[in-house]
Amino acid sequence: MTQPDLNLSPKVSDEIRKTTCYMCACRCGIDVHMKDGKVAYIEGNRDHPVNKGVLCAKGSAGIMQVNAPSRLRNPLKRVGPRGSGEFEEISWDEALDIATDWLAPIRAEAPEKLAFFTGRDQSQSFTSFWAQNFGTPNYAAHGGFCSVNMAAAGIYTMGGAFWEFGQPDWDHTKLFMLFGVAEDHDSNPIKMGIGKIKARGARVIGVNPIRTGYNAVADDWVGITPGTDGLFILSLIHELMKAGKIDLDYLARYTNAPVLLNGDESSPEHGLFLRNDEGKPLVIDRRTGKPAPFDGQGVKPDLSATYRNAGISHRTVMQLMAERYLDPQYAPEAVAERCGITADKIRTIAAELARVAFDEAFELQHEWTDFRGETHKTMTGRPVSFHAMRGVSAHSNGFQTCRALHVLQIILGTVEVPGGFRFKPPYPKPVSIHPTPHCKVTPGKPLDGPHLGFVRGPENLALREDGTPARIDKAFTWENPMSAHGLMHMVISNAHAGDPYKIDTLFMYMANMSWNSSMNTGGVMEMLTDTDPETGEYVIPRIIYSDAYSSEMVAYADLILPDATYLERHDCISLLDRPICEADGAADAIRWPVIAPDRNVRGFQSVLCELGGRLNLPGFTNSDGSQKYADYADYITNHERKPGIGPLAGWRMGENGLTYGRGGPNEAQLDAYIKNGGFFSTHIPKGAQYYKPWNTAYQDWAVQLGLYDTPQPYIFEIYSEPMRKFQLAAEGHGERQPPEHLRARIKHTMDPMPFWYPALEEAAVDNDEYPVHALTQRPMAMYHSWGSQNAWLRQIHGHNPLYVPTKLWEANGFAEGDWARVSSVHGAITVPVAHMAALNENTVWTWNAIGKRKGAWALSEDAPEATKGFLLNHLIHELLPPKGDGLRWSNSDPITGQAAWFDLRVKIEKTTAPAEAQPVLPPIKSPVGKGPDALAWKVGT
Amino acid sequence: MTTLPKTTNKKLGLVIDLDTCVGCHACVISCKGWNTENYGAPLSDQDPYGAESTGTFLNRVHSYEVQPLATSTMPHPAAQLIHFPKSCLHCEDAPCVTVCPTGASYKREEDGIVLVNEADCIGCGLCAWACPYGAREMDAQEGVMKKCTLCVDRIYNENLPEIDREPACVRTCPAGARHFGDFADPESHVSRLTAERGGMELMPEQGTKPVNRYLPPRPKDRMDVPQLTDTLAPHLAPVADEPKGFMNWLDKALDRI
Repeated sequence: MTQPDLNLSPKVSDEIRKTTCYMCACRCGIDVHMKDGKVAYIEGNRDHPVNKGVLCAKGSAGIMQVNAPSRLRNPLKRVGPRGSGEFEEISWDEALDIATDWLAPIRAEAPEKLAFFTGRDQSQSFTSFWAQNFGTPNYAAHGGFCSVNMAAAGIYTMGGAFWEFGQPDWDHTKLFMLFGVAEDHDSNPIKMGIGKIKARGARVIGVNPIRTGYNAVADDWVGITPGTDGLFILSLIHELMKAGKIDLDYLARYTNAPVLLNGDESSPEHGLFLRNDEGKPLVIDRRTGKPAPFDGQGVKPDLSATYRNAGISHRTVMQLMAERYLDPQYAPEAVAERCGITADKIRTIAAELARVAFDEAFELQHEWTDFRGETHKTMTGRPVSFHAMRGVSAHSNGFQTCRALHVLQIILGTVEVPGGFRFKPPYPKPVSIHPTPHCKVTPGKPLDGPHLGFVRGPENLALREDGTPARIDKAFTWENPMSAHGLMHMVISNAHAGDPYKIDTLFMYMANMSWNSSMNTGGVMEMLTDTDPETGEYVIPRIIYSDAYSSEMVAYADLILPDATYLERHDCISLLDRPICEADGAADAIRWPVIAPDRNVRGFQSVLCELGGRLNLPGFTNSDGSQKYADYADYITNHERKPGIGPLAGWRMGENGLTYGRGGPNEAQLDAYIKNGGFFSTHIPKGAQYYKPWNTAYQDWAVQLGLYDTPQPYIFEIYSEPMRKFQLAAEGHGERQPPEHLRARIKHTMDPMPFWYPALEEAAVDNDEYPVHALTQRPMAMYHSWGSQNAWLRQIHGHNPLYVPTKLWEANGFAEGDWARVSSVHGAITVPVAHMAALNENTVWTWNAIGKRKGAWALSEDAPEATKGFLLNHLIHELLPPKGDGLRWSNSDPITGQAAWFDLRVKIEKTTAPAEAQPVLPPIKSPVGKGPDALAWKVGT
Repeated sequence: MTTLPKTTNKKLGLVIDLDTCVGCHACVISCKGWNTENYGAPLSDQDPYGAESTGTFLNRVHSYEVQPLATSTMPHPAAQLIHFPKSCLHCEDAPCVTVCPTGASYKREEDGIVLVNEADCIGCGLCAWACPYGAREMDAQEGVMKKCTLCVDRIYNENLPEIDREPACVRTCPAGARHFGDFADPESHVSRLTAERGGMELMPEQGTKPVNRYLPPRPKDRMDVPQLTDTLAPHLAPVADEPKGFMNWLDKALDRI
């Protein structure tokens, strides 16, 4: 039989347009293949620094966003009651008139009455600039309910965090240990890295109660009990210190372990650093035996010194570390049961970390000079690396746990060394050059500075003159002093309670607060629809919302500003924000409209440019009062945050032509980006690629690029002096004093050296009544994706049973197809169950945000997401159970305000199968109708 | 009944590394995207936003839990999760070809790729029934049988840069768990990987001689073996048990630096 004649070289596309993916937070480069002006195929951009050609399921499925029936089409004005989904379509002129009429009086009289919070926003340096110009103190993005513990602990400890701000040295690491990582941030780089290190025989240890994803391919799995990671890590530190398996040279040179602490218990400076007249922390110089500034030229810090001065004894941080971490309370036997890990296994892991870090140490022939002026012929590598994310972060003890993990990295000498963990520009960056929070409101004027920042002590709290919280989310207050990303999860609850005050308008972007992005989802819906019995008005009077899709939140807004999808818009992935750098280089990127919207929608940032002009915000108007930026592209090109520094670093205009980093605006900048594949990158020279916080060549490179204005060498903060300052306040020192009900908690939790305490919910509920931990994670094919209604992805993850470990499965007599009632101290759900053996024996879990509200996302009302899908959110309250003191205690980390999603404790009981997962909520009317009955999306002929 | 070629010049196929596949489904969707736009009829979806959403996929990832048996060194082995991508294995003795009543299913002489000539396919479904791997899917809209083509319209495509002339699933795999090449060449990347890592046939007892190979997961959870603790114990030999002794050790150790 003859074979058919095939065309083996069909035309692939008319044109490839290179832009940046937005199917999650990873921001990979994509090649969008166009045929007849339509999107025909999407694949990864091989030249791109993030993904180097690969692309995940979400990225490839981006083509199904182009035709998604859930895309909003026109601005909408609510005509039915809130939550009904009844809208009328209006023009952009009318929509912007309404928004201006609502916002202008607020700005003139009381700017704090606007709360502007953005969710999966990738333009935070822009949206925060807008909010700052408006003058409200109430701005943040979604970090507070995501992983602020990880970001804040990293920056306060090492001047940089995991998240996507650093990466293992994939080329040299031999042992990679990851904690609490589902399949999230930086997902393609981590998958690429795991593949790369496994291919050359390096090993992976996964610490996670659930063995899926990366943990499924880990060589060793540690199925830890949720919330005990800190205890496990401190036990590893205990074993390593006891065995002397710590990098003393590294600790002496690059950390504050040798810094001298005031030991006078009666002093208001007790526990603070001994400093010289210039404010530099002092160490004892081993060359002289005398105090010297930590960064003095040639100084050799002494880890074990003591120093008596003016009647006060000083000891080094190292001595405190020995006292704390050698304590038998951290011995493997003492923590094993609580962590759900045998003492033998803890020891084995500690020994393996020691073996690889010290016995497999190596040298790279990179000569470099440190900040004390000493030149080193080589760089010492310690091939142990770590990564961690939300699993350790989203607990009320998460900040201290993340700090503990960083101390583990640091004592092994594995940060910023070959084979270890490396920062990506603009990190490393010490706390001292981050802004502090600003909250001073002046009607009709901008805020006095950036909203978010890093407090150095009580003096930086966002409090009003009467000591009450300045912000609606109570960020930077005694309740959570280091809340660097704000507390988006508390905004609606606090606004509804009028605690600390009432607001007028809630303005949100890409944040599904009436569904999967809120704790206490049912309660939030009630708060959003609750009315004042006297006036009949909504308690939260006005809600403006911008989204590209018909999410659950749309129904709860009064005015909808429909956003463009990611292939239809401009964006910048900026070094001022959360860039896409790699450890070896700096990079930023753009999105640009590879297709034009086929609906009456506008990119949200362009709408803010116009609103800014209409409201006469100084940063958005020219001196003649006209609108300054025609649209977001205009802002990206022409805005300068300070002279020579704009949103994009590439192709700036210098005195002698094109340059990068520092330079003036260039009208052709976006074209240059498009020509280069949508991104800009520049490499760090050899000799500057490691030891960056202390490396003069790196520091000079960073200054030249404009990351900061002068070299900023610093030492890692094993001991956190800002935290000690809050403790001192709690002990009665200083003018700014915490309220009495928080004094003991601050003294306890703001410990300047990492320690472990049980999660707050564990302490607040009856653990015999609620013995089971309940977690969620997003599947890799959907993580951080604003498109889980995606026609292809929902065929992979359209169902989310509650996964139950063998012990609980057998104890409850479950069989396949059974349902369970799952209850917490706050609420109950009834859901389908499934058995999973590779799971911590006291933990249940499900895929998050598969469950959808009937009527949302243009799904039919009998879609499995709406009938059997469910959210654990109904079981999690934004407040801790009442303590009888009349106070509202947030269910958050007491240090950072991180939402404590993973503290949840439940009980589980077999029940008869209901028709649908409980609770069932009434359908909302879809403002976009429903999707088609079939798809066969071939755009070429 | 359709005949198979006696031999093929090449044996093109995939090596899939079960040690590194994280189950992310990138290959599934990349395949869906390329093959919806390219070879033959688009891969359709029925009720894509409804209750019984089903679509045609040429590659799917299944996840299996494995409970290793207890041994004397590992009395309580932890359960494992294995992600298992599955698509047509391009068998040398492909029963889906020999069962085809119209000759629509065929195996290419030049490279061994098993294809369906959609023009001749009557949608009878016999091939799917004959395939022991469940690797073929009938497209509900077009009524023709769809299957992995090894991206025959990519691997030789002169409109693509040479580096991109590989199947979409291989190009996109973030973990690098998929490899494409010629198993007839013992020096090829896929042949060497198969030899080095003990690449396995899927269900060899079926006698279909599949071309694709699976690399087995490396042994896991070795840290749970008690002997390992003993081997590593010297690394944790204590220098001191309490802070004072530790600081004495520290002083001596610092003097040596």
